[in-house]
Amino acid sequence: MNKQKLVVVGNGMAGMRTVEELLTLAPDLYDITVIGKEPHGNYNRIMLSPVLAGEKTFAEIVLHSPDWYLQQGIELVSGQVVVDINRKTKQVLTDAGLSFDYDRLLLATGSVPFIIPIPNHNHACVLSFRDIRDVNTMLEVTQHKQRVAVIGGGLLGLEAANGLLKRGVDVTVIHDMPCLMNRQLDSEAAHLLQKQLEANGMKFRMGAMTKEIVALDDGHLSHIAFKNGEDLATDLVIMAVGIRPNVALAKQIGLQVDKAILVNDTMQTFDPSIYAVGECVQHRGALFGLVAPLYEQAKVCATHLAEIGIGRYVQKATATTLKVSGVNLFSAGDFSGANAETIVLRDTSSSIYKRLFIKDNKLVGAVLFGDVQDGNWYFDLIKQQQDISDIRADLVFGQ
Amino acid sequence: MQINSTVHTTCAYCGVGCGIKATVEDTDKRIVSIQGDTEHPANYGRLCSKGSSLGETISLEGRLLEPHIAGQNVSWPTAIDKVANEFKRIIAEHGKESVAFYVSGQILTEDYYVANKLMKGYIGTANIDTNSRLCMSSAVAGHKRAFGADTVPANYDDFDHANLIVLVGSNTAWCHPIIFQRIKAIKAQRPELRIVVVDPRETATNEIADLHLPIKAGMDVLLFNALLVQLAERNALDPQYIAQYTVDFEKAFAAANQDVGDKSTLAERIGVDSQSLATFFDWFCQTPKTMTCFSMGVNQSSAGTDKVNAIINCHLATGRVGKEGASPFSLTGQPNAMGGREVGGLANMLAAHMDIENPVHRERVQRFWQSPVIADKSGLKAVDLFDAMYEGKIKAVWIMATNPVVSLPNADKVRAALEKCELVVVSDCITDTDTTRLADVLLPSLGWGEKDGTVTNSERRISRQRGFLPAPAQAKPDWWALSQVAQAMGFDGFDYQSPADVFNEHIALSAFENDANIESGLRDFNLVGLGQLNTQQYNALQPIQWPVLNKDQGTARLFAQGQFYTPNRLARFMPLTSRAPKNPLSAEYPFILNTGRIRDQWHTMTRTGLTPRLLQHIGEPYAELHPNDAKKLAIQAGDLVEINSAWGKAVVRAQLSDGQRQGSVFVPMHWTGVLTRQSRVGAVVNPAVDPVSGQPENKHTPIKVSKFNSAWHGYLLSHTPLTLPECDYAVAIRLEKGWRYELAHHQKPHDWLDWASIWLQQPQGQRLEYQDISAGQQRYAWLEGDKLSALAFFGAEANLPPRAWLMSLLNQPLDKLSRRALLSGKPADPNADVGRIICACYGVGEKTIERAIATNNLKSVTEIGKCLKAGTNCGSCQPELQKILSRLISVVQA
Repeated sequence: MNKQKLVVVGNGMAGMRTVEELLTLAPDLYDITVIGKEPHGNYNRIMLSPVLAGEKTFAEIVLHSPDWYLQQGIELVSGQVVVDINRKTKQVLTDAGLSFDYDRLLLATGSVPFIIPIPNHNHACVLSFRDIRDVNTMLEVTQHKQRVAVIGGGLLGLEAANGLLKRGVDVTVIHDMPCLMNRQLDSEAAHLLQKQLEANGMKFRMGAMTKEIVALDDGHLSHIAFKNGEDLATDLVIMAVGIRPNVALAKQIGLQVDKAILVNDTMQTFDPSIYAVGECVQHRGALFGLVAPLYEQAKVCATHLAEIGIGRYVQKATATTLKVSGVNLFSAGDFSGANAETIVLRDTSSSIYKRLFIKDNKLVGAVLFGDVQDGNWYFDLIKQQQDISDIRADLVFGQ
Repeated sequence: MQINSTVHTTCAYCGVGCGIKATVEDTDKRIVSIQGDTEHPANYGRLCSKGSSLGETISLEGRLLEPHIAGQNVSWPTAIDKVANEFKRIIAEHGKESVAFYVSGQILTEDYYVANKLMKGYIGTANIDTNSRLCMSSAVAGHKRAFGADTVPANYDDFDHANLIVLVGSNTAWCHPIIFQRIKAIKAQRPELRIVVVDPRETATNEIADLHLPIKAGMDVLLFNALLVQLAERNALDPQYIAQYTVDFEKAFAAANQDVGDKSTLAERIGVDSQSLATFFDWFCQTPKTMTCFSMGVNQSSAGTDKVNAIINCHLATGRVGKEGASPFSLTGQPNAMGGREVGGLANMLAAHMDIENPVHRERVQRFWQSPVIADKSGLKAVDLFDAMYEGKIKAVWIMATNPVVSLPNADKVRAALEKCELVVVSDCITDTDTTRLADVLLPSLGWGEKDGTVTNSERRISRQRGFLPAPAQAKPDWWALSQVAQAMGFDGFDYQSPADVFNEHIALSAFENDANIESGLRDFNLVGLGQLNTQQYNALQPIQWPVLNKDQGTARLFAQGQFYTPNRLARFMPLTSRAPKNPLSAEYPFILNTGRIRDQWHTMTRTGLTPRLLQHIGEPYAELHPNDAKKLAIQAGDLVEINSAWGKAVVRAQLSDGQRQGSVFVPMHWTGVLTRQSRVGAVVNPAVDPVSGQPENKHTPIKVSKFNSAWHGYLLSHTPLTLPECDYAVAIRLEKGWRYELAHHQKPHDWLDWASIWLQQPQGQRLEYQDISAGQQRYAWLEGDKLSALAFFGAEANLPPRAWLMSLLNQPLDKLSRRALLSGKPADPNADVGRIICACYGVGEKTIERAIATNNLKSVTEIGKCLKAGTNCGSCQPELQKILSRLISVVQA
């Protein structure tokens, strides 16, 4: 009997984790084809910042080398983009004109960096921080350009800024809010973080709204102009202000798309033959950008592809760490503080700050700075919705 | 004093009077090592916690070193003139009854002798009383009624011979630890020795008890009346002894019989089960060698003297008096209460066991002293004396070595009395006490280890207490200060040059016309056998029990063959009727307050409070309640409780114990207004006294108890002493490396950190903070360098984090783990050291990983991931996990 055909669109972490899970569950069910835009095997995108910082090489962050695909009998189609899908005939078409039949299709198209549409946003010296090509470009450009402005004081922006700082570059982070990582940290932790990064040599323009990027010529920038009239001289701009789910293809083929591709709890799209996982999906109103939920989705999706459909994806609290060496930071759950009771521990001179958020005797959020060793425990408590009344007195001191 | 010379002396504390060998290791630094004196018959080398800590309490910290007038340092001549002139002026204006001395069982016999002589023979009033009034005056009165003199018939050797020891109203284990240890050791050797403890409370003494009679407070007379009746009914009397040596047995028996009444309800009235009561009667009836030892539970009562006589009646009736292993035995509280009794230090005594009411005695003493006058009637006893001061009748008082603002009943009134008094002179070795705070003139006394003289213990044994440290600064012996003032007042007879001069006069007076052939002559107290001592002989004086009738020969026991000191030489049975404590319980005040000592503290803690070692066992004032009472009052262990009587209130920590009688509450007597804000239990105690002895009823005050409502509880730790914070409840506790302050208050501060900083004297350095505002928790710690210098913990409830570990960290460098756990108050689990973080996603550290590999025998990165989650999110740490794994596995394989 002929095997069914599975085509995976997107050779990123979410798609490939799904494949891995599937191979564990049902190694012989499908002939698998993976189509990816980047001309590599699959690598760990989260680890781009250590590569940028020179702490790791690209080889070290590769998850699945081309050999691996061969060994698993997976057809890897790299360097190509899927341009169309015929849902009636169940065929996928790439920009190279190749066509692949499928019985089941997995969309894992990920996301694209958001670029603020200000003047000169598409200048050659304005980069995003998404893939290994961006990293390589940065490393190349900064050989001879010493002043870099990173727009975006979130997780990605700070990791990029740190990486460049490690390469000996003069880095200024521009953030439109008064606090760094304002989606993951409360203001106190954010200020501690800023203080520590400043001590490392990073510079900041906080609460600064970028008006335009001013170019000298096609190959050189002059400065960034802010709305308040100030300027910042810079040779290179990196935009790290967020991502947008990559949904063009899904829209084009008529799948239901809101902000991203709508999926149900089994990660199935509007078309029962088509599944989707990762940053390109929208599940019960939520979008995803961290790796943990992607892996969860992959697991669920794999059970359905393997036809032992027992998995149901349930959103869980997420946790964030910042991969900046020397910075210990952890954030999980809901820390908006609204109606929450808080427990705070400060050892300011040791740069340690912890704040736990409690509602109805349950831990709902945690922000840790300087001492993160109990982050995982808090994360479990948050996810398990455990009543913490009995351990409240010792909670902030750790497990 | 030479370095490393060893001096034989005696302990500063209780009436056991233990011998001590003190070796000065460094005179300048006042480093002295303390050992029990193996040759001293009171203790044969043993020492209790208090005595063995004496070396830690002789620093000059807090010492009064110069005379003060109105808070200013002055010279001795100025101070002496001031005291002498003011006493003279007040006597001239208001008469001799307007002045008083209030002295103490802590001063030496020589000091006592001179004080008594000055007051009774020269000023001419008997307004000299002593804190011994609070201690054993009922025993004195009981002895005098029965024996005709204040004579303790027994001694400690009797414990070796006794087959039954009855401990009445005595927590011997804590209050006379060396006697307790001695009895315990004897019992270990002779298990047939039976011990009965008669006490409403179950105390530490119960450890050795074969039988505990938890009688209702105040039922002692009924118990021993019932025993007397039993003895008669069972033919356990000693008819020959009764007939030959005593009078009034029939009267006593008749009174007892009537008092006992309906026997079927007897046990219930006493408050014990009938089986226990029967056992006690059986044992007492069957055991000729019976000792009945009694202490404050008997004496501190409005029927204290009757209680003493009820006990003595039973011993007279069985002839068990002054016989080997058979005697009543008063265990006195203070180191020199007995010495004070010998020189007439009480307002109703004269000197050398002569009576103030006896004109022959008065004439004899005056003639001996060649004094201008002699007091002709009893003076005011302690409680009355301070009442008279409150009423303005006493206008000048000289207080020595005692702290009546803490220790007397109705202590707030005592404070008010001293505030009203025109002239308050206080001789002490400590600058800041509740009493010195009210003094107009402060005179610096010698402390233990400096002063030199004699003391007498519970078994009539006179021992030398010897100095081994030089007098610091201007501190002087009390006998010297008294003599100087006497001379400045224009009196002869006070030109003593040494304590030996005083002691020789004391010997001479004891022997003066002390002869059965002289009318009203024969007295029990006689030291004639000591002769007159030169300095060398005085210094070499060995412990000896009075009377000393033949050369250097003491008297172990008295009265086995009668020869009492009544006019007819016969002992007197006392007819007794039991009566309830003076102030009955009421709906408003339904609980009985019972006060007493704890194991490691002495009196008002001016000395024992100096050593942290003695505060480790119990550091805070407390009230011990029965759990059932606590439940009804919604009080839990560790809560603060307010105890109120008609006289005053105190706030203390609740402790629960099944050993407490329901309806009774025990509170230790020790805590002061210097160490606490509102925990002086003396303020609560009723001023009822025994009509004969004048001893206050400290064991029975009607009180109400309620949970103390405070908005917060807290504690401070500081490596330097602080001003006691202004809180409803505040207690200062000395620690090894600083101080602890336990606090509670009805109102929250506006800003916790500000409040803590102010009372902690603005601590500098790094600050750690913990806040759980909803749970009412605020905690702060300050580090100077890496050393913990100050700490403040606050909470809504009394159950704050434990103190022990934090106290041990004070002024210590903190390691990382301790610093991390510091504000939890709980020592860090060694497993809390996770080491360097390897998996940043899940915060898993190197040491955690190593432990997991070892414990769970993990073999791969995947297994580590399953066990710890490490490496399962971003996976970037997997190479390091592999390295750790390889390293550990290679170690195992190697």
